Amino acid sequence: MAAGKEIRTKIASVKNTQKITKAMEMVAASKMRKAQERMRMARPYADKIRNVIAHLGAANPEYKHPYLVARAEVKRVGLVIISTDRGLCGGLNSNLYREVLGRMKDWDDAGVGIDLSIIGNKAVAYFRRLGANIVAQTTHIGDAPGLDTLIGAIKVMLDAYLAEDIDEVHLVSNQFVNSMTQRSTVEQLIPVQSLGDEDLKHYWDYIYEPDAREVLDQLLRRYVESLIYQAVVENIACEQAARMVAMKSASDNAGTLIEELQLIYNKARQAAITQEISEIVGGAAAV
Amino acid sequence: MATIQVDIVSAEQEIFSGEAEMVFAPAVLGEVGIAPGHTPLVTALAPGEVRVQQKNGEEAGFYVSGGMLEVQPEVVTVLSDTAMRAEDLDEAAVLKAKEEAEQQLHDRDAQIEYATALAQNAEAVAQLQAIRRMRQRNGRG
Repeated sequence: MAAGKEIRTKIASVKNTQKITKAMEMVAASKMRKAQERMRMARPYADKIRNVIAHLGAANPEYKHPYLVARAEVKRVGLVIISTDRGLCGGLNSNLYREVLGRMKDWDDAGVGIDLSIIGNKAVAYFRRLGANIVAQTTHIGDAPGLDTLIGAIKVMLDAYLAEDIDEVHLVSNQFVNSMTQRSTVEQLIPVQSLGDEDLKHYWDYIYEPDAREVLDQLLRRYVESLIYQAVVENIACEQAARMVAMKSASDNAGTLIEELQLIYNKARQAAITQEISEIVGGAAAV
Repeated sequence: MATIQVDIVSAEQEIFSGEAEMVFAPAVLGEVGIAPGHTPLVTALAPGEVRVQQKNGEEAGFYVSGGMLEVQPEVVTVLSDTAMRAEDLDEAAVLKAKEEAEQQLHDRDAQIEYATALAQNAEAVAQLQAIRRMRQRNGRG
């Protein structure tokens, strides 16, 4: 029964792995719900700020903020790439890399330089290996990052844009469609493309303190920050959803593996018993 | 008495939403009190307390570390910052993000081998898809 013992050990080890993947699946499911909740909570801020900016823009057509003006020639672009801190989340990051590499290649072919600001461990490791020009990074953002952890990576890009080192900023992240589907997207962040179709039939002529420029400047900066914050929170929801699905299929696979091994084990045991019986019968007949 | 709708939101969550008789906020040029029918106003906020006098006479206070205040005749919106925001603090965050990126970065100007990278990626994705298909064929997962 040497083979039998080996199979038993193997079954036990697969069972242990299955326990781990099951636990990870359940943890991911509960974290996903929390992340979705945070996604929902972050929405009013962006809506309100967009509304105010739309009013301001309509009331002050003569002042064009740099964030709102597209530049004639794009020589260098900045990408804010949002990835996960940890692996074991299916093809989430690979799909994102594929999407962004395609776009990066297009820019590269057109002679446009690329600067990266990366949020999340995984993309940092990946793009560093590729030798991309990473100008800023933020890692270990955890499950519930505050806006303050992201400010550094965002401001690097905003400053570079204002200094005209880069002419466009794009945001690369995953969109949460549902728990089975996540979509990789590359969106233009600055110049801000559209502020939605707000109903602006009548707008307020505000009093500004200290002055309109200052106010618009602060609002736009916060708007961009809130967009990135939202994308980060959404990406975390995607990560947990992808991990949940990946771990579920891993658990299922472990289950099948155990069944198969069990069958082999039973057969081996049966064969051994049959052999023993026939040996005994053979021995008895010989006496 | 007339009331005014007050919404206090931060980037991370909605903090308060309700009717009020009066709102006090720490604007950068001095504290402002907003009564219903106030003229439209947009101002930056200094760190301090936003106080909301509710209809039942109770007063609710919310600490903001800065942000923006938008006033329309019937709606007051406080876009609050949750984090401490100051130019030098932001600058420190920028430096940290840059430093992290510069660590262990050997060849910054190296050309990306897009072809290789894309091929590697396509391979990884194809593997995943193959696994998925295989699982579907086996009628499970």
